Amino acid sequence: MESTIFKFVLRYSLREQILLLVLTVASFPFFYLLLYLPKLIVNETIDADGAAFPVEVLGFRLGQVEYLLVLCAVFLALVLVNGSFKYFLNVYRGVVGERMLRRLRYDLFVRMLRFPLPRFRRTSQGELVSTIVAETDPLGGYIGDSIALPAFQGGMLITLLIFMFIEDPVLGVAAIALYPVQMWLIPKLQRKLNARKKERIRLARALSERIGEVASGIREVHTHDTSRLERAEYTERVGEIYRVRVLIYRLKFLIKFANNFIAQITPFFFYSIGGYLVIQDDLTFGSLVAVIAAYEKLADPWKQLLNFYQVKEDAKGKYELLLETFQAPGMLDEAKIDTEPETRAPITGALVATNLDLKEEDESDTTFSGGLSLTTELPATLAVVGGQGCGSDRLAHIIAGLKRPAAGQLLAGALDLLSAPEAVTGRQIAYVGSETSLFSGTLRDNLLYGLKHRPTRAPDYDESGAAQWERLRTEAERAGNSPLDIRADWIDYAGAGVEDEESMNARAIEVLSVVDMDDDIYQLGLQSSVDPDAVPELARGVLEARRTLRARLADLRVEHLVDPFDRDAYNVNMTVAENLLFGTPQDRTFDPENLAGNSYVRKVLDDVGLMDDFVDIGRQVARLMVDLFADVAPGSELFEQFSFIAAEDLPVFRGLLARTESARATDLDDEDRTMFLSLTFKLVPARHRLGLIDEPMQERLVLARRRFSEGFGADETPIEFFDAERFNSSVSILDNILFGRLAYGRQRSASRINEMIGEVVDALGLRRLVTECGLDYPVGIAGSRLSSMQRQKLAIARAVLKRPDVLVVDRATAPLDAASQARILDNLLKEFDSRALIWMVHRASLAERFKQTIVMEGGKVVEQGTFAELNRPGTAFHTLALAG
Amino acid sequence: MTMDLTTEAEMLRKVPMFSKLELSKLKLLAFTSELCTFDPSEVLFEAGDAPDSAYVIMEGAVEIVAETETGSVVEGVLGTNELFGELGVLTNSPRSATIRAQDRLVALRITDEMFLKLLAENPAVALDVMRQLSEKLVRSHEQFVALQKRLPPSGAGGPGVG
Repeated sequence: MESTIFKFVLRYSLREQILLLVLTVASFPFFYLLLYLPKLIVNETIDADGAAFPVEVLGFRLGQVEYLLVLCAVFLALVLVNGSFKYFLNVYRGVVGERMLRRLRYDLFVRMLRFPLPRFRRTSQGELVSTIVAETDPLGGYIGDSIALPAFQGGMLITLLIFMFIEDPVLGVAAIALYPVQMWLIPKLQRKLNARKKERIRLARALSERIGEVASGIREVHTHDTSRLERAEYTERVGEIYRVRVLIYRLKFLIKFANNFIAQITPFFFYSIGGYLVIQDDLTFGSLVAVIAAYEKLADPWKQLLNFYQVKEDAKGKYELLLETFQAPGMLDEAKIDTEPETRAPITGALVATNLDLKEEDESDTTFSGGLSLTTELPATLAVVGGQGCGSDRLAHIIAGLKRPAAGQLLAGALDLLSAPEAVTGRQIAYVGSETSLFSGTLRDNLLYGLKHRPTRAPDYDESGAAQWERLRTEAERAGNSPLDIRADWIDYAGAGVEDEESMNARAIEVLSVVDMDDDIYQLGLQSSVDPDAVPELARGVLEARRTLRARLADLRVEHLVDPFDRDAYNVNMTVAENLLFGTPQDRTFDPENLAGNSYVRKVLDDVGLMDDFVDIGRQVARLMVDLFADVAPGSELFEQFSFIAAEDLPVFRGLLARTESARATDLDDEDRTMFLSLTFKLVPARHRLGLIDEPMQERLVLARRRFSEGFGADETPIEFFDAERFNSSVSILDNILFGRLAYGRQRSASRINEMIGEVVDALGLRRLVTECGLDYPVGIAGSRLSSMQRQKLAIARAVLKRPDVLVVDRATAPLDAASQARILDNLLKEFDSRALIWMVHRASLAERFKQTIVMEGGKVVEQGTFAELNRPGTAFHTLALAG
Repeated sequence: MTMDLTTEAEMLRKVPMFSKLELSKLKLLAFTSELCTFDPSEVLFEAGDAPDSAYVIMEGAVEIVAETETGSVVEGVLGTNELFGELGVLTNSPRSATIRAQDRLVALRITDEMFLKLLAENPAVALDVMRQLSEKLVRSHEQFVALQKRLPPSGAGGPGVG
């Protein structure tokens, strides 16, 4: 990176800056003309002697009025030209600044990508975010002004000064007499201000770091009751920032004060010295007035320059701090992440490590004295066994290209693994450790992440799309950004050994079964809702499954376990509200919680004459609840679990009941009716058994349901109604197959039905399609919506899908349960039958399944051989195996 | 028979343990319980299961099934208004026998939480439970004494109590 922000500006925007300067200077004559013209109009036309006309202008003879109109037209044109200049200059200045800002942010991000890994232990995420996002922000404004403004204002200043010196050298000297004072004093103060500003930025970075830390460790704060501690610590930090900021304010305005004071002192010299000279007749009165007028003009550019000086100092300081963070030793070579190899030669042959130094740069201990040497033939399955601190994790990092050893050599066949670009190590070698990261996006995105090295197929742009991309790319290149299109297909199908998207899906599911995760994904798929138009085959299958499930339930004589959605029958296992809606609301209009207040719902109930009955039923529910829960303590969980009325609302309803005791339902006011109605809507006859929704009432409700649905046009319905012949895109695939409610009061029916649904899905061959839907499951930030086991399995799957020549597994299955561990080990050994699998095992006994075993101790290989050769008394391996 | 809260409460009152409870308490008990339906021969719970609830039979009957070396034996039958499964909830020990519906069965399932709450808030019920448990204890002690008498007196290493 350039050592100062000015050099950065010069290097990347010199041409634009010169253009800005030229345009600024070019605008000046027009500006001057615009100021001059009114005087001309008044003196030469309005106020002129009529006898002087007609005048000849540029060969035309013009009368007085014509001349006036011509000059006014010129005035109008000048206003336009001036405005246009200003507009264009402002916009262009903004564009130049923003483009440079974009470049800077990009550069910083690329530098972050090139940081040596140990650096991330010292630099927090919060700090990086605040640096790249917040600290760079004000720099754009400075960059646009960086050359044009000082050049222009400086030019003005010098011109005016020259004018003054020509008028009178003495007064000229007087005008600039205090400049040296200012030029000496202001930078002195400014330096102090700069130091404070740097301090403020450092404090702000530390604050972002702390906020990030607390947010990610929020569980610890709650489980240890340390919110007071955190608040105190936070107070201390923002207090410190407050202190520095107040100091900054003081200094800033002190500088302003000094500037203003000095600027006001100068006229004092004019009046005293100049006045004296006029009185002594050494100076004409006219000259003094002219010089004072010129000085007033001087004040503006001088102020601008001083202001710019402060902005410049600010930008300079910020840039220096950026350098501190982003100019670090040990950065990866650009070639390491950029080189694109011409061909892909498989990694095979002898893996030879010579004197690999496993020590970290900041480690001084002698645990890892000397280096690691090893020779083994690839492809093979290799188990690396070792106790705590044996260094096998570091060896894994080195093979995977994550860490560069301080010394030593690592060859695979003819390939030097240590200097190979990431295009080789990152594509042909895969690594999974015990801690892995997922990115927010879908399961599929994460699974395919390891295959997205570069665009493999341009997007199918139409003509305007292509033109737009061309514009975007040009602009990106102007700012030195990446020219690659994120909208392209980045998936390396060939790398995964498949043809296209279709076969990729199949392969992805196959790999998920390798890591024992296919059933998890299938379950996620069942729980997901899909757009039937996007997956017509699945939608048809689900409808078939719906029918098959019904038939199977009937065959087994257990159809009473599910209460199906039937447009013409009341469903006693749903609430009254759900029965009325009989579908899934698409927005908040028919939110079940607030249905009682909905005017359309009330109109429907009025139309079918159910309103008063419903109010009365609500009244009965209220009475029952008030009765039943009278003696229950307000804090009891019974309220939450069973009551229709929250504990705090019970007195309200008691009062309401007392007040409306003898009133008829029709006489109640709107609010009271709504309150009772909302209770009725919550009733589920099969569950609550209050005997309030009897069969005649159920029939009337079905009529109301029909009336309710008739009020909507075909395409604007805010509810997706349950339709036996249609796929409902608002509920999960599972609910689509079930198409009903589980009946209350049937133990274990949920697991039985789930099992049956599984059978139906398999019988109809839908499992794969459902699993593919599971691939669209959003995993949440850093995969937070998955369990830690699922995250780990997904990380292994991601590495396998890449089809690497070498897979390095560093205790990646250790967090999994024993059954999964065994299955995954089995599957991976099979999968990597003819490729290389290097596994840092967490238990020595696991080595039995591998062709080769090496034993590490203190960063060295102490034993090497087959399991049979090593597994006998007296070996280091044997000791480790006995220890478990 | 259609069930509603009042009917259920009336039936609960016929259970000796609940007979002294006010109707409103019984209604609350019914309301917070689940009315379950079981098919003929459906198993409610098996010996060894964790106890999560007690049941009161509303309609039908259940068989108490004991697993012996020679196969399963029906040890007894419980009918309408009988309470069972409550001892497991009290002692929090695994179910001692399997319970199976004889025919179609409707039973009110009272969760362990609700049942224990009921005891804690109603001393009369608690006392009744204590009485029942004591009777059981007395009976098993008598059986134990009777069995011991039948054993040969050599018993230095004989079966201990427990």
